[in-house]
Amino acid sequence: MPDTIIQIDNLSKKYVINHQYSESGYRTFRDFIGEGVKGLSQQLLKPGQRKSFRSEREDFWALKDVSLEIKQGERIGIIGRNGAGKSTLLKLLSRITEPTTGRISIKGRVSCLLEVGTGFHPELTGRENIYLNGAILGMSRAEIKRKFDEIVAFAEVERFLDTPVKHYSSGMYVRLAFAVAAHLEPEVLIVDEVLAVGDVEFQRKCFGKMQDIADNQGRTVLFVSHNMDALQRLCPQSFMFERGRLIDSGSTTRLIAQYRCMTSNNQQALPLKWIDISGVNRSGTREAHFTAVKYGSLNQTVESLPYSGGELHFLLEINSDAARSVQSLAVVLFDQNGTKLINADTLSLGQVTVLQQGCNLVELKIEPLYLNPGIYVLGLWLANPQVDVVFDHIESAFEIEVIDNGTERLGAKPDFDGLVMCPFKVKTQERVGKLL
Amino acid sequence: MRKVVIPEVKDMRTADQANLIIEAGRAEKQYWKDLWLYRELFYFLAWRDILVRYKQTAIGLAWALIRPFLTMIVFTVVFGAIANLPSGGVPYPLLVFSAMLPWQFFANALSECSNSLISNSNLISKVYFPRLIVPASAVIVSFVDFLISGMILLGLMAWYNFVPSWRIVTLPIFILVAFAAAMGVGLWLAALNVEYRDFRYIVPFIVQFGLYISPVGFSSSVVPQQWRLLYSLNPMVGVIDGFRWAILGDEFAIYLPGFFLSVGLVFLVFITGIWYFRKVERRFADVI
Repeated sequence: MPDTIIQIDNLSKKYVINHQYSESGYRTFRDFIGEGVKGLSQQLLKPGQRKSFRSEREDFWALKDVSLEIKQGERIGIIGRNGAGKSTLLKLLSRITEPTTGRISIKGRVSCLLEVGTGFHPELTGRENIYLNGAILGMSRAEIKRKFDEIVAFAEVERFLDTPVKHYSSGMYVRLAFAVAAHLEPEVLIVDEVLAVGDVEFQRKCFGKMQDIADNQGRTVLFVSHNMDALQRLCPQSFMFERGRLIDSGSTTRLIAQYRCMTSNNQQALPLKWIDISGVNRSGTREAHFTAVKYGSLNQTVESLPYSGGELHFLLEINSDAARSVQSLAVVLFDQNGTKLINADTLSLGQVTVLQQGCNLVELKIEPLYLNPGIYVLGLWLANPQVDVVFDHIESAFEIEVIDNGTERLGAKPDFDGLVMCPFKVKTQERVGKLL
Repeated sequence: MRKVVIPEVKDMRTADQANLIIEAGRAEKQYWKDLWLYRELFYFLAWRDILVRYKQTAIGLAWALIRPFLTMIVFTVVFGAIANLPSGGVPYPLLVFSAMLPWQFFANALSECSNSLISNSNLISKVYFPRLIVPASAVIVSFVDFLISGMILLGLMAWYNFVPSWRIVTLPIFILVAFAAAMGVGLWLAALNVEYRDFRYIVPFIVQFGLYISPVGFSSSVVPQQWRLLYSLNPMVGVIDGFRWAILGDEFAIYLPGFFLSVGLVFLVFITGIWYFRKVERRFADVI
């Protein structure tokens, strides 16, 4: 049973927001004296009146009564919206600021990465900055020297080691900064959204390094990120914060789904009911536009919910101000990240939709639905691309849940299934001599 | 390939497997342990500041020599030749320079120190280390300048064929007092500056004013006797007098009551400076 490496009891952090700031935003001694004189004169002139000049100070609890426990070797994600208190928690854990109440108990060295390139000075060369940054983050000189070549190789800046860092491109800068931080080797590593910088190649590299640290070196990692994908891959367990309180903990997958529900603006719509979308956010000329949608799989056993491998019927109610022919009418399905997965467009069928003036009903059927169970976002499109006219373009009308019917499946469903399903077969081949 | 000079550093990481407890108001004992653990940061921050100062300069380190030298010339001309203040028998340049040395140290240390927290605000809000290191390393940087300027003094003594007496070995005492004076006032100003930004405007004023008030351009013997005790309220008076006595000889007798007053004041400011700094330190990251 691994022991507890971080124990937090009733931790709270309060900030006092003072609404008396002068124009520059900083408190000056002049203001301080001014306030004092004002207060004094108030008391003299109107004794007994409780002056509320203190009311301009507001208590803001960045964290309130947080209690949790983290064991050695765990990889924990921290999820929450901006302002939920995640960064405050990290600052408290790394002793940058002090708690207001409560206590934290930590065993072992903690290294906190709140920002890459802390302490980097633009006038110093890459080589000098590696030593400086490493020392600031807590490495000894011998340690830095030992890892110097690794750091340089990771950052890929050999050619520019002796150039002042101010001449580096932003990509090189970030690579070098992360390279130093990545070789820290503390017992507890806390990373705060630093992977949000850099290009795709770099992010992949950083991510690989963090996985390596967590898996192969047995260290405890605390990861704060808005990148749900990264969180899911790196951390099996997470904590969720909202407005300074710890509201949930458990499997990352479950928490992410919950987080998405909380933060999405969309409502989920049930099948076999007319859904009014006249008020939805859209663009286009609106000469012809979608007014309502009804959908379903028409399968009674699953109450017409859409399911993987089944049919998905749409009834689209379109209002047109005049009779016209529309070349492109499309039903689009996106995943939660906004990736377009399905684009069922009449343009590709070569089929023209003829609309009358007034209300029209168009039926569209997707069969089979090659999407795995999950929540998807519906988009709609009505346009005449040949004359560059877009009548109606809805990015996200509402959410649709695709469920698992199970009838097609013979075995268990794997974890981390992809979004798209496809039929496939497996057969072992007879080995006759060497392959190829 | 240029050789990079990196200060020698011992292993900072101890097997810190002992439980670390973070609680409101609990930082005390851990703090002094941390100061030892993070000791090489003193070197690293000072090293960084010195390195950065001379990057991209044409004459680099020579600036540390030119500035005091030129000031000495100006003072010799103004106070010595023009105002014709007495010099107690030693060449006027020597008189001026033996006071310039500690004064420059104090002035630079004060300026750097009081602004050190603000200029390192990115470190303070993102990384943990005992914050006392930041103003201390600023004073160390000024000390390095002091040592370099000391070479001019040696040069001057050689030029005038002036051989200092045994008293020169007491110099480190006065250096220590100057150090404490700079740190003390510096800490107060640094801590106050974080909360109230107007304090940064006071510093150049103190430095300017102090240069003329302190016995740099002249010997403190020109101050009338009845005012000498009051005059010694300026902590640098004691230090400069001490420097002159140690370097130049017994004609520059130290006015002892004044000296002890100065030193006492320095000590008081130093201790209270550390106390105040520690008191407001926990709010630095929140306010900066």
